[in-house]
Amino acid sequence: MMSAAPTTMPTPLGETHWVNPAPFNPDASKPLTPEEERYYRASGLQLIWWKFKRHRVALVSAIFLALLYVSLPFVEMIAPYGMTTRHADHLYAPPQQVHLFHEGTFEGPFVYPYKFKFNLETFTRDYIVDRSAPQKIRFFCRGQAYDFWGLGRMDFHLMCPPENGTAFLLGTDRLGRDLLSRIIYGARISLTVGLIGIAVSFVIGLTLGGLAGYLGGWVDATVQRSIEILRSLPELPLWLALSAALPVNWSPILIFFAITIILGLLDWPGLARAVRSKLLALREEDFVKAAELMGASRTRIIGRHLVPNFMSHLIASASLSIPSMILGETALSFLGLGLRPPVTSWGVLLNEAQNLAAVNLYPWLLFPMLPVILVVLAFNFMGDGLRDAADPYH
Amino acid sequence: MILFLLRRFVTMALTLLAISALVFIVIKLPPGDYLSNQIEELRAQGDAAAAAKAEFLRHQYGLDLPIWQQYLVWVGAMPGPNGWAGLLQGDWGWSFEYQRPVNEVVNRALALTILVNIVVVIFVHIVSIPIALYSATRQYSLGDTLVTLFGYLGLATPNFLLALVLLYYLNRWFGISIGGLMDPRFTDASMSMEKMSSIMSHLIVPVVVIGLSGTAAMIRRMRANLLDELQKPYTVTARAKSVPPMRALIKYPFRMALNPFVADIGNLLPHLVSGSVLVSLVLSLPTVGPILLQALKMQDQFLAGFILMFVAVLTVVGMLISDLLLAALDPRIRIGGQA
Repeated sequence: MMSAAPTTMPTPLGETHWVNPAPFNPDASKPLTPEEERYYRASGLQLIWWKFKRHRVALVSAIFLALLYVSLPFVEMIAPYGMTTRHADHLYAPPQQVHLFHEGTFEGPFVYPYKFKFNLETFTRDYIVDRSAPQKIRFFCRGQAYDFWGLGRMDFHLMCPPENGTAFLLGTDRLGRDLLSRIIYGARISLTVGLIGIAVSFVIGLTLGGLAGYLGGWVDATVQRSIEILRSLPELPLWLALSAALPVNWSPILIFFAITIILGLLDWPGLARAVRSKLLALREEDFVKAAELMGASRTRIIGRHLVPNFMSHLIASASLSIPSMILGETALSFLGLGLRPPVTSWGVLLNEAQNLAAVNLYPWLLFPMLPVILVVLAFNFMGDGLRDAADPYH
Repeated sequence: MILFLLRRFVTMALTLLAISALVFIVIKLPPGDYLSNQIEELRAQGDAAAAAKAEFLRHQYGLDLPIWQQYLVWVGAMPGPNGWAGLLQGDWGWSFEYQRPVNEVVNRALALTILVNIVVVIFVHIVSIPIALYSATRQYSLGDTLVTLFGYLGLATPNFLLALVLLYYLNRWFGISIGGLMDPRFTDASMSMEKMSSIMSHLIVPVVVIGLSGTAAMIRRMRANLLDELQKPYTVTARAKSVPPMRALIKYPFRMALNPFVADIGNLLPHLVSGSVLVSLVLSLPTVGPILLQALKMQDQFLAGFILMFVAVLTVVGMLISDLLLAALDPRIRIGGQA
């Protein structure tokens, strides 16, 4: 096109028609600005990050979740009480309010102590608040000792109850255990369930979807049919049946792993389907043909050209199915078929709220719902943002 | 069309067959069975006569056969100790826990389960179509933003927790109990207008709770579909020809957007059925949910197996209906099905 074109062209009228001999350059009039330059040279990951950053809610959710997960190893320090510490004189104690002002003067965060008294007329537990003596909550303090990951005994806490007092900010349960501390400890289990479950489903989905998409033929047909069958089954009844099948004499930790695997076992069809369709689409792309022509092996094509191309997409859809796992575990434990005490998750805590009579008298037993909903919402927002950002070139 | 129907029916039958095998494996997973557990317990108490009777029952229900034979007997593809008596013959087995045939145990619950799920599907559609139409035609308005926000919340709120909270607050603020299917005083009363209205008012909360996430998902998808269609040239042409706005919306873009909507029933149903099982447990609705949980805990295998099979059939048949509807709605699918 740009070969040495004639500089002049005689027209029938004998005039000369001038054409610029320089090759046509569409960018000549507007050079790239530094921002554009930066954009065109950015790697895929960078593009994803820039696009994700613009999604404010998703970014906030991601930070929130990151904070939660980072704090998981340190729950012993964060919780004011131990997970199983019982307070026999404070059974079903209502939440203690945190106050800042005592009789008009600023005191810093403190609570009023309360005393248990059994009401013989209504047969209910009354807690009488003593408003005369505020008790300051301590921060960065020494409290109940705990064993920190086998590294030795420690007694450092972010927050402790007042000296000779109590601080049950979310109340206590039927054994007088502090609900706030139990929720904080429960986060460890509830949040890891989703991760382990998704890992299981990720491995199965990637393998089966990859095989189906790459090999085709009867493998593809078999995988496709099983996906259809699994997808047409309601999950929850199957989860129920599978967890009911777990032997009673297994240790709670073993049950924990079994439950997460069950959650993952039924979740892979969505991922496998995504992998398969992405593989089928990408297989036809020019860069794959180019790699084939250059003699790349199958494994290299899959590992180097195909997988990185849909990985971001996969991670995004995986992060969208974590909340359903967390909810699944919560539901199973809530029904008493999931995790068993002493393993404590939010679902196990909610199990006590199954009894409506108890909830009516002690509504604070419903508190563990709050973190469940927050985490599920955060995962949904983050997953949405990730999914939008996962295809930076579109 | 006939070929298409035939194909769909054959696939459905095969799917159900696979599901029945899966269900059977799942209910057989726990070691032992209801009777062998009972026999051990009776032996431990030294009650030899009762143990012998249970042993006889084990033989009676074919629990001493090899696993694959038990499966065939259960499905009804092989004569068992009582002759041909399996799911295919309409004999759903015996509930050890209730000491009654399964169909007597679940009879009422089945009808109610179907009723609840149908009402929920209708609810989801009635609510989500107008809302989606509104929010797609007024993109980025205040109403649209609210709808989008509601969509996020609705998708993320776990339905059984919502049921729990509603149960608590409605009881506390209004003093009404929403648990159960009807007011306790109607339980033994014969059918009357009052009983009917009591049932209906008790159904509202479960239907809303079960349908919430489905509605949110539907609104989102429908809105996205409609927005796509509204930008297409034919809509612009219609507007340029000054077709009345309502007609320009309903006649073509809406019909096009409806398509994935109907197809989505297939995705929606398993979630709804799952949700209805769980929510019934929380609200103590007498659907198959609570019976299933109890049966699973007690290893009442025929009862549990039948209920699992039943919810699977419910979703598979629902999917079939949605496929047929889709084929009726969109000629391209019928033709694709034959090719």
